[in-house]
Amino acid sequence: MGKTTLRVCVVKLSELPVNIGKTVLVGGKSIALFILSNGSVYALENHCPHRGGVLAEGMVSGEYVFCPMHNWKIGMADGLAQEPDEGCVRTFPVEVQDDRVYINLENPD
Amino acid sequence: MPGQKLVLAGNGMAGIRCLEELIRIDPDRFNITVFGSEPYPNYNRIQLSKVLQGDTSIDDITLNSWSWYESNGIRLYPGETVTEIDTKNHYVRTDKNRITAYDQLILATGSHPFVLPLPGAEKKGVITFRNIRDCQKIIDYSKNKKTAAVIGGGLLGLESARGLLNLGLNVTVVHKSPYLMNRQLDQTASHLLQLQLEKQGMHFLLNKQTVAITGDESVDGLTFNDGDHIEADLVIMAVGIRPNCKLAEDCGIPVNRGILVNDFMETQVSDIYAVGECAEHHGVCYGLVAPLYQQAQVLAKHLCRRNTEGYTGSTTSAKLKVSGVNVFSAGQITETEQTKTIQSYDGWRMTYKKIFVEDGKIKGAILFGETHEGTRLTGLISKQAPVEDYLNAGSTQESEADMVATMSDDEIICGCNGVTKGTIIQAIKEKGLTSVAQVRACTNASRSCGTCRSMVADLLKMTIGDKFDSTKKEEPICTCTTMTRDEVVADIRKMGLTNVREVMHVLDWKNKNGCSKCRPALNYYLNMVNPTGFKDDQESRFVNERLHANIQMNGTFSVVPRMYGGVTNADELRKIADVADKYQVPMIKLTGGQRIDLLGVDKENLPKIWKDLNMRSGFAYAKSVRTVKTCVGENFCRFGTQDSIGMGIKLEKRFEGLYTPHKVKMGVSACPRNCVETRVKDIGVIGVQGGWEIYVGGNGGTKLRKADLLCKVKKSEEVLEYAGAFLQYYRESAKYLERTSAWVERVGIEHVREVLSDKKTRDELNQRIDEALSTIRDPWQSVLDDRETQKKLYQKVYAGETDHQ
Ligand code: SRM
Ligand SMILES: Cc1cc2nc3c(=O)[nH]c(=O)nc-3n(C[C@H](O)[C@H](O)[C@H](O)COP(=O)(O)OP(=O)(O)OC[C@H]3O[C@@H](n4cnc5c(N)ncnc54)[C@H](O)[C@@H]3O)c2cc1C
Ligand code: SF4
Ligand code: FES
Repeated sequence: MGKTTLRVCVVKLSELPVNIGKTVLVGGKSIALFILSNGSVYALENHCPHRGGVLAEGMVSGEYVFCPMHNWKIGMADGLAQEPDEGCVRTFPVEVQDDRVYINLENPD
Repeated sequence: MPGQKLVLAGNGMAGIRCLEELIRIDPDRFNITVFGSEPYPNYNRIQLSKVLQGDTSIDDITLNSWSWYESNGIRLYPGETVTEIDTKNHYVRTDKNRITAYDQLILATGSHPFVLPLPGAEKKGVITFRNIRDCQKIIDYSKNKKTAAVIGGGLLGLESARGLLNLGLNVTVVHKSPYLMNRQLDQTASHLLQLQLEKQGMHFLLNKQTVAITGDESVDGLTFNDGDHIEADLVIMAVGIRPNCKLAEDCGIPVNRGILVNDFMETQVSDIYAVGECAEHHGVCYGLVAPLYQQAQVLAKHLCRRNTEGYTGSTTSAKLKVSGVNVFSAGQITETEQTKTIQSYDGWRMTYKKIFVEDGKIKGAILFGETHEGTRLTGLISKQAPVEDYLNAGSTQESEADMVATMSDDEIICGCNGVTKGTIIQAIKEKGLTSVAQVRACTNASRSCGTCRSMVADLLKMTIGDKFDSTKKEEPICTCTTMTRDEVVADIRKMGLTNVREVMHVLDWKNKNGCSKCRPALNYYLNMVNPTGFKDDQESRFVNERLHANIQMNGTFSVVPRMYGGVTNADELRKIADVADKYQVPMIKLTGGQRIDLLGVDKENLPKIWKDLNMRSGFAYAKSVRTVKTCVGENFCRFGTQDSIGMGIKLEKRFEGLYTPHKVKMGVSACPRNCVETRVKDIGVIGVQGGWEIYVGGNGGTKLRKADLLCKVKKSEEVLEYAGAFLQYYRESAKYLERTSAWVERVGIEHVREVLSDKKTRDELNQRIDEALSTIRDPWQSVLDDRETQKKLYQKVYAGETDHQ
């Protein structure tokens, strides 16, 4: 019945690089986690909508990341590929508590 | 019927120009056979001076390729000389005993250099300068020689002397008149010329007559009529030319100095014609291409039975092809009682102008320093225009572009080929031309001596504005800003900016975060401008340069360790094999760059692998100096002339790890067979007997480009010196992501050569590259030394579940 949310503790915020992605592996899934210099934290599926490029290694510009494979520009907040490309990657809600980062994964029952 | 049988004796500039015109007018009229003593297709003899000076290569001076002959159905016998003409039975015989019948025969046998009948003139090392073979002979013979003498201070003598200077010899020009180029210049101009050439390092002995050439088997010096003697290991004789008319004379065709022709280039024997330097028209034998091409056009029309007024003689003009010196002369430059002159002399700028006027008409001109009025003056002189036409044409200080703009459509732009401004503009408009090369191909303008190239460029600019290739308005770096590369770099220097964010902030980037295009570029420019104060911006690096490995499709990476010059050993191979086993590397591959690639490595294993390998980074992932490929070279190969492996290793060690606008690949071959594809490298070094040739701007990638010869040097240290200067000049002036091939194409190889020809400039560039090199550390070792970076950039997070909700 319905979905439950799996809340995973990732890492200490202070140990993460700023404006550079981090690869997070959880339950066989690869997630790209970004801590931005303005304090925002985003988690995206580490799989570009184009051909599956690893977004964690992409270059960060504001609230966007450029895929390292063919330079698609993906919005971190909504996972949307920017014009002229089309597509969407899954995003995950993130919480920060006491220097710890938590990602909320949907856990299909 | 397959047309009349036309035979051409002499596969040179005038003869082939005539055939081109024939084919243009009436392609099917003739069945053409060409005999040429030289084993090459028709080439631009004029440019031999530039070949000797190292500004162009023999490959690049071909005017009509082998396929041109083929596609026009011309039977060519290269390396075959016509030795006999049977004027009664209408056939020619060659030195290979071939007999070919003709309906019409054109003699275009050119001239041969005059050799002074001096004792010792036959000695080894006494060379004339007329054809490709002579040119190669001079280049080969000059190796390991120190001093040279040129006999003859005319155009050819001075151009060859400049060539010898470039080949590293100490050069003395011996001239029997008290003034250089005395047939084209007056004393003032000649004196200015001498000063300039002395500044370039040439020595002069004027008013000197050579009486003997000394030496045993090879030349070792010259003796003069006043008893003086100088040393010379090589002597070029450039004292004039004599028309080649022996063949004609032997077969009963009337000759004087040259083969006698009328206004239709007919000799006095029916069906036989003569054009070019071998012909004598109204007592004149010409020695420059412009008049010869006019003759060729008249003859072509005449043979095709088209209307022509005939050839009526030409006004000749001459320019000296020595870079850094502008000298021009045209028409009649002797003064009689009737002559009036217009003169100006600027001792500060070293410019001089003298115009010769008789009966109110312009008869001749000499220009020194500023020569862009030359072409126009030649036109006015040949029209015998009233002096007012010249004086009213505008200020004498006007720029070349302004001058081109005010010229009328019937004025000549390309003197050699007689192409007018109107013809060029029409071709540009009708055929949509956008580059000088296209104009050259369509109209012949700038195809011969090349001095009108800049005027053709001006016309392109005038006619099509921004669409012209080399005047294209510079684009901004990317859409985040309106500023161009040059503006940004200038501001970085001026304001002393030090990091990417600061640049974007101070220079008011529209997109304040920048993008994946501008940020890596800015990071590079900052590093280039201030290597010692630079702090790398990791965030602005593409992943490969941030992690010092190549990312692959599936997110794994590849590892290419440094192997200098492509040389390895059993120890390294063993370590590589062990690493491959230990980390279960999915693939080991030999790369196109002569290195070994371990592919499919997980990011977390990168530092561990580097540690186990204990080798330096091969930089296969960066916009930086990459590999130097080498061939086996003199220690192994039977053709090897130099230690190419040693040179490759030296180059790689010296420039290892240097960041550049785009990747830079090098190669060193030990002979021109080029087993490492040296001529498609950014810097390609080719060992030749006694020296090295340095090629630059080659590319074997997306847009193939053959490298240009930068220079030839004798010593190995000079290879490093030129390579360093070239690299640094490229680093300082190219746009980010512009390969040397595109950059050389954009700025022009002549420009690069000119900049690098100055020793002081080279030294300064090398000092700056040394400064940049001094900051380089092996990036793999740096990562190994820095646990923090290892953790931040290379480690993944394995997240544990915390709580369910
Ligand atoms: C490994 C290697 C292929 C091989 O297996 O042999 C290779 C692999 C790549 N080349 Fe290459 N190139 C390799 C030799 C070449 C060569 C041959 C050579 O160097 O002699 C060329 C043509 C020569 C040239 O550059 O002039 C070559 C022309 C390119 C180009 C086109 C460059 C251009 O200016 O047109 C690119 C794209 C680029 O750089 O923008 C490229 C880019 C790439 C990249 C880095 C693509 C990328 O950005 O991910 C490839 C990485 C593959 C990977 O998964 O690791 N590679 N590449 C070779 C490494 C050489 C080395 O030891 O360092
Ligand atoms: C180094 C140099 C620089 C020069 N610079 C300039 C310059 O700046 N401007 C300028 O206008 N001119 C310049 N010239 C002169 C110009 O190159 C010549 O005027 C022009 O090449 C002459 O053309 P041609 O066809 O009459 O003779 P060539 O081009 O000499 O052609 C004659 C050809 O006929 C061949 N031949 C001779 N006899 C026979 C035979 N019996 N059978 C078969 N083949 C035969 C010869 O081997 C030669 O290949 C320069 C010349 C030299 C050498
Ligand atoms: S040629 Fe080079 S860039 Fe293209 S697929 Fe092969 S390795 Fe990759
Ligand atoms: S896989 Fe991301 S842009 Fe192609």
